[in-house]
Amino acid sequence: MTDALLAGELPLPPRPDYLRHGSTISSWLATTDHKRIAILYAITITFFFFLGGAAITAVRLELFQPNGWLLTSDTYNKLFSFHGIIMVWFFLVPSIPNTFGNFLLPLMIGAPDVAFPRLNLFSWYLTVAAGAFTVYALVAGGVDTGWTFYTPYSSMFSNTHVFAAAAGVFVVGFASIATGVNFIATTHMLRAPGMTWFRLPLFVWAIYATSLIMVLATPVLAISLLLVIAERVLGLPIFDPARGGDPILFQHLFWFYSHPAVYIMVLPAMGVVSEIIPCFARRRIFGYDFMVYAMLAIAGVGFFVWGHHMFVSGQSALASLVFSFLSFIIAVPSAIKVFNWTASLYRGQISFESPMLYALGFVGLFTTGGLSGLFLASIPVDIHVTDTYFVVAHFHYIMVGGSVSAFFAGLHFWWPKVTGKLYPESWAKFAAILMYAGFNMTFLPQFFAGYLGMPRRYHTYPAEFQIYNVMSSAGAAVLAIAYLLPLGYLTWSLFYGGNAAKNPWGATGLEWTTGSPPPPKNFDRQPRVDRGPYDYHAEGMSAGTDPPEMQNARETR
Amino acid sequence: MSDESALLREPWSNFGRQREAGKFGIWVFLASETLFFGALMLTYTVCRVEHPEAFAVAGRETNIWYGTINTAVLLTSSLTMAIAAQAAEESAPLRRLVLACLMLTAMLGLAFIVIKGFEYKEDIDKQLVPGAGFALSQPGAQLFYGFYWLVTGVHAIHLSIGIALVSRLFWVLLRRQLPAKDNPEIEVTALYWHLVDIVWIFLYPLIYLPGRAS
Amino acid sequence: MNSLFRLPEASTHAVTVDHIFYLLLVLSGATVVLVFGLILLFAVRYRRGSAAKRGPMPEILSREFEIGWTVATLLTFAFLFWWASSADLSSLAAPTGALEIHVVAKQWMWKTQHSNGAREINALHVPLEKPVHLLMSSQDVIHSFFVPAFRVKKDVLPGRDTDLWFQASKTGTFPLLCAEYCGTNHSVMQGKIVVMRQDDYAKWLVQQPEGDDLAHEGAKLFVSQGCSGCHAGSSNVHAPRLAGLYGRAVQLADGRTVSANDAYIRDSILQPKRDVVAGFEPIMPSFKGLLDDGEIQSLTAYIRSLREEQQND
Repeated sequence: MTDALLAGELPLPPRPDYLRHGSTISSWLATTDHKRIAILYAITITFFFFLGGAAITAVRLELFQPNGWLLTSDTYNKLFSFHGIIMVWFFLVPSIPNTFGNFLLPLMIGAPDVAFPRLNLFSWYLTVAAGAFTVYALVAGGVDTGWTFYTPYSSMFSNTHVFAAAAGVFVVGFASIATGVNFIATTHMLRAPGMTWFRLPLFVWAIYATSLIMVLATPVLAISLLLVIAERVLGLPIFDPARGGDPILFQHLFWFYSHPAVYIMVLPAMGVVSEIIPCFARRRIFGYDFMVYAMLAIAGVGFFVWGHHMFVSGQSALASLVFSFLSFIIAVPSAIKVFNWTASLYRGQISFESPMLYALGFVGLFTTGGLSGLFLASIPVDIHVTDTYFVVAHFHYIMVGGSVSAFFAGLHFWWPKVTGKLYPESWAKFAAILMYAGFNMTFLPQFFAGYLGMPRRYHTYPAEFQIYNVMSSAGAAVLAIAYLLPLGYLTWSLFYGGNAAKNPWGATGLEWTTGSPPPPKNFDRQPRVDRGPYDYHAEGMSAGTDPPEMQNARETR
Repeated sequence: MSDESALLREPWSNFGRQREAGKFGIWVFLASETLFFGALMLTYTVCRVEHPEAFAVAGRETNIWYGTINTAVLLTSSLTMAIAAQAAEESAPLRRLVLACLMLTAMLGLAFIVIKGFEYKEDIDKQLVPGAGFALSQPGAQLFYGFYWLVTGVHAIHLSIGIALVSRLFWVLLRRQLPAKDNPEIEVTALYWHLVDIVWIFLYPLIYLPGRAS
Repeated sequence: MNSLFRLPEASTHAVTVDHIFYLLLVLSGATVVLVFGLILLFAVRYRRGSAAKRGPMPEILSREFEIGWTVATLLTFAFLFWWASSADLSSLAAPTGALEIHVVAKQWMWKTQHSNGAREINALHVPLEKPVHLLMSSQDVIHSFFVPAFRVKKDVLPGRDTDLWFQASKTGTFPLLCAEYCGTNHSVMQGKIVVMRQDDYAKWLVQQPEGDDLAHEGAKLFVSQGCSGCHAGSSNVHAPRLAGLYGRAVQLADGRTVSANDAYIRDSILQPKRDVVAGFEPIMPSFKGLLDDGEIQSLTAYIRSLREEQQND
């Protein structure tokens, strides 16, 4: 307690934190410090986020008019493909795990680093190399198969750089697997004394569950892309019906990975939100055990629902029924998590700093997106809305409304810890609200357009859908501003922001017990853990009490 | 006692824990490799169920002698690798045995690759490469050979990585840059090597035995 | 035509789908109101410093309660699965006696053929209130046959047939869209489904050129358009013989070698001076404006069938 008070009232004594410990290029590019690797990843994924965003800006501009007015069809097709490939594999999959996961996992469990630090750096290099390949595919003329690479279009018909793009994704898959191996071993082997499994913060559980999926699902993606490359480059007839192959086999292999992949993209986001809500409601999360079981259930059952992407593919009715049933079942753990996040607000002492705004936004948008999933799980409705904008809206509500909101939530929550700086809170609140509004403006109309019959991946569309497209494109402009704002004020805070104390939010969790930024080896003394996570005490306090730690959470100019 | 301080690496403070983590990590990686090769074998299975006669005809064209000899070579290399790993953990100093067995493992691995090279050459001469001039007429036969080239190629890449790892280990131990005793890298490399061997044991019946079993 | 918020329910199936959709919409709406409402309520009531009662969570929120609401959610979703699936089981197989129509998809058009040989391009006329069973295949990549007004969709695959069936319940013209990305012109691979009263449909059908398949129709055209005058085996004119031509390599007068595929045959009919065969004079007249796409397809099918005939010799 005294430490925290002192740290808040006096300037921290200067000592080498991980950012200032070595400032040469090679101290960064040859680092094995998980915190520096997290920064390297953060720069990389930010670059890819804006690259993928640029592609879709062009697409949404084009969609203002029902007939092509800016782009040829080929260019349009290449742009939406590029957007999907970059956003899924080079932004969403690595985003929270490789930035916050890398930075926080060892800190949260009281360890000095991950289990295999050199493998960690190697993962980053693989990501960069793979990204370079994929950007090469774009620069050399693009790929137009969509991010789903369906055969036989991708294996036999497309005249674009399928090999380069598929190879890029193949390589980044191995970065994913390496990360998964690292995080699983870290969680098993490096927990501080007293940090039992059921005292772990939910973010750690989320990263752990995500890593299990990464390790087991990604190899199947690698094979599916390898087969497409083999068919294209070596002429092997795996998916060519004229030579005995079966194009539907690709869909099974692809979706066997790509469905669990969406849980790779959302579980870490759920972990972030589970850290933030207790902190800003000042009470422990409701139903910790069930939150853990829910995440493990999502990870497990997620491997058995891939066929819900294939209800109209020609697969048997029996298979479709089984996949539909399991898809309804997997909605249950997600629903439980939403109940528990909501219940965690009950009798709290809630404040609305920007991390909390983003986190609550997540809950709302994830709920909407998840409910739209029920429509897609029921076969008769799915037959009508699959391959339309209804699906596009569904997955953007979860991936963008969900995961990206959570990414920004985490970015603001842990910014003081990672950088040692405080960002301007009013700008952050404004950006959070703008993002929520812009997001709904962009994607809500797409549910309507989809149900009314507008297919996806359409360069030109029947005129009666224009109103929805105009609303969506206008919303996208608002969303773009909301994404650029944090880029601006967070960068500003690096140079002009106030210095952060160890624990500006008064949060529990071992990462808040060390410096902001942390020293290179994370802790001066190895922590010993004697209690569970989220040991906030709002429950026990009378109304109106403001816990002493919160007095530190002020911006200094 | 073993030279733990030379082998201790960040972030570990306890050598025993580091060893355990290394073993744990490689097992997790092997799980992903199982899914990797499993997906390939699943593809094979689906194709074979759809084209049983064509696969039998195509399977008979493989050279069972090369395949069987290679299996013996690889199994022996797993034996030498296991001896090396076991020798590194014995209390008596067995450095020379470890080095000798690592060397044998790498050479047997190379022998596999060389024999495979001869087999590939023969396959090319018999026009068993899918494409315009393919020797067999059934569509499913091209599928079998598509799978054959792909999976043996992927296996060969894994084996080459294994040979490189074993050779590097041999070199590093020979130059005494690291001690052999209780070196966790030996155990990890051994587990990887055994995976490559086990994958081949599954591939052997899939490639060489269709059309020949009855 | 589609209005701003409502899509016509133009098939018997559409009504079922919409019912399920609206039920799910009501449930989702209720859930959203509940969740958003509770969050807003708690956010206001329990905002920091407010006077609302705090203290430990009520005892009712115990482990048993959590198990209870988990099971309740599970049962609700299981029920939704059952309700949605059983409402639609009748759509699994086409009823007997359904009108059979063949659909061929290719980049980037739809070709439909009625059982009496009547063919359409990017259009399909069907009778009202009679089940229609579509048997579909693709000539190249995966496409998807999507009629929003009917709430039906099915992927169309190369090398394998897929099928779907519907029973139209409203007359009118309804859009047909390709719903599986298939390349450059995916978004313009559209057509129209024209639903006519049964007597109108019968009249329409009778007016279509008959032929039990494309090759037979092509054979008739081959004679009626005068092709046989030069290209038949008995002709005195020095013109390439077409038996066994399809798929063969052809040596052209300018030295190139091309493969005698669909495109080559089409070009030879419409622009005969372009790819003149080596050893022949460029005397073939062009049939541009005299033959439409469908007729060219029939002729191509006929020429294709000549290859098989030769193989049978």
